[in-house]
Amino acid sequence: MITFMNNSDSEEEPCNERTSLMSAESPPVPSYQDGLPASEAGEAQAHRKRRTGSSRSPNNIADGDMSDSSVPVRESALENEEEELTLKYGAKHVIMLFVPVTLCMIVVVATIKSVRFYTEKNGQLIYTPFSEDTPSVGQRLLNSVLNTIIMISVIVVMTVFLVLLYKYRCYKFIHGWLILSSLMLLFLFTYIYLGEVLKTYNVAMDYPTLFLVIWNFGAVGMICIHWKGPLQLQQAYLIMISALMALVFIKYLPEWSAWVILGAISIYDLMAVLCPKGPLRMLVETAQERNEPIFPALIYSSAMVWTVGMAKPDTAARGPSQQTWDAAEEGRENHRSPSHADSQMSETRSPVPTRPITSFEELEEEERGVKLGLGDFIFYSVLVGKAAATASGDWNTTLACFVAILIGLCLTLLLLAVFKKALPALPISITFGLVFYFSTDNLVRPFMDTLASHQLYI
Amino acid sequence: PALGLFLFTIARDPLRIIILIAGAFFWLVSLLLSSLIWFIAVKASDPRDEPLQKGLLIFGVMFSVLLQEAFRFLYYKLLRKAIEGLVALSEDGCSPISIQQMAYVAGVGFGLMSGAFSMINLLADALGPGTVGIHGDSQLYFLTSAFMTMVLIFLHTFWGILFFHGCEHRRWWEIMAVVVMHLTVSGSTFCNPLYVGSLVPSYLLMAAAAAWAYLLSGGSAQNLRRFLLCK
Repeated sequence: MITFMNNSDSEEEPCNERTSLMSAESPPVPSYQDGLPASEAGEAQAHRKRRTGSSRSPNNIADGDMSDSSVPVRESALENEEEELTLKYGAKHVIMLFVPVTLCMIVVVATIKSVRFYTEKNGQLIYTPFSEDTPSVGQRLLNSVLNTIIMISVIVVMTVFLVLLYKYRCYKFIHGWLILSSLMLLFLFTYIYLGEVLKTYNVAMDYPTLFLVIWNFGAVGMICIHWKGPLQLQQAYLIMISALMALVFIKYLPEWSAWVILGAISIYDLMAVLCPKGPLRMLVETAQERNEPIFPALIYSSAMVWTVGMAKPDTAARGPSQQTWDAAEEGRENHRSPSHADSQMSETRSPVPTRPITSFEELEEEERGVKLGLGDFIFYSVLVGKAAATASGDWNTTLACFVAILIGLCLTLLLLAVFKKALPALPISITFGLVFYFSTDNLVRPFMDTLASHQLYI
Repeated sequence: PALGLFLFTIARDPLRIIILIAGAFFWLVSLLLSSLIWFIAVKASDPRDEPLQKGLLIFGVMFSVLLQEAFRFLYYKLLRKAIEGLVALSEDGCSPISIQQMAYVAGVGFGLMSGAFSMINLLADALGPGTVGIHGDSQLYFLTSAFMTMVLIFLHTFWGILFFHGCEHRRWWEIMAVVVMHLTVSGSTFCNPLYVGSLVPSYLLMAAAAAWAYLLSGGSAQNLRRFLLCK
């Protein structure tokens, strides 16, 4: 994911970085962070247990039992009416993630289906140098595996680089990198995308208008993502960015490589987040230790998070501020501001925190947001988009992959509530998605086609 | 209509959405397994033998119906366990969602998925150029497909309710009735393109299932009258 590139050379550098950043970052943070740094708070934990039960409802047996046993223990620490709320909120969090993932996928599928550009093969990324136009199956397989290895190693290198930078507090550098990448994404890709869409629908647009539109779109996007902005707008921008990235991947990755890469990336995600030495895990832990939000441009947060609490260096206020960070309140859109917040914004924010903290204490635990990394969005959309683009069973396969991914997301959220720490969001969903894609394409499609031709219904 | 059902009754509550998606997932898995069986059977047999292919297809359809019902049962089991978990977690000892609501949502899930799979390719093709039935097939293809899909979606919903009710109260005959109805409906589609043979019985069965499910859910003729007259 790291690199993709278009044929424009000048953007190649930033491209790489950005993309890699995006991609690399995504897996890392993608797991749900869930705002759990505050997990020391006993009640937060109990809440989570409850949440687990609720979001799991369609799913788990074992969880039900587990929660049963652990709930009486925590029972004393919690107020009763919160339980009911938590149950509902557990499911609500799942939905809060369903909606953006669904939206992203819809955008990608709609574009793939309508705009021809993204399904033409116009070259490959330099990160996947081996072509797949080889005559023999073995050679093709070998090429795709090699492509995958290269891609994954690039991602690993980028991720490690990012983690090192983060560890050594080179915030400015990271920041600059992120800004550069999102700049490129917002402007360049949007320009290409808009151009293609306009071409498809045969709408004429003159350059000044185009420039104005893209400039506005890009500028507002930059502000929203890296600074403050209404939560929904920010979410919308993040979704659009993910969709654009996914479209680029779909276009520029050759067929078999794409599938192998998807598989390899989920394995990598699993390892990077769960292994003690995994870069992603280190990133998350470092961020938690320092009580800082992870870069805003890489995470999708489903609810607002108080960065005030985070930005406050004052350890005395650590308790409540952690809770405020944990309890995403409505009304304040401050979604995680970028790390520069700690330097610049802490001064401006320190008068403000008092209000959120007290308000938190008055309010019951409202919705806590769940955070999902953008890379997850991107890869889910790549899976579904590829299914839409290349499957001959068309909509059936796409629909099957969509449902599979959503169910994988549900299961992952369930596990998240069980384990209460950052988890990789990719493996389960991508596995389900891949399984369903291949099986639907090869097995279900002939069956359904035959049924449809005789107009039989099952 | 199914989409309307979804919007009005399910989209409000996130728990129901999850149950819906899970229901769709179960249907999908059942479809997968049944098509796997069919595929193996087809590959193992002679592709040029027409009646055999038809016979295999029929066998595939019946098998798929049975599998669907089996998965509905599995889903029921899962939901039972989940409800126990929910009850234990909730504060006043009663779960936020009743088993009947779950039955309804599960039915809709199944129905939506099956309807989607039946219709969506048709719809996509319908957007393109072409005339229906130009080769001597029925010209009512799209229309009947649409009606059939709708009836199937509704039927799945009602079957969901009936099925879960039967499992709750351990009335095996209800479950058997659902299975038999499903088989009948699928079987009736074999008479296509003689549409009278498939659409009419299906609608009749749907009306019967609707009435039955309504009664089971606690409605009565009185309720109906009151509702219709807006009292």
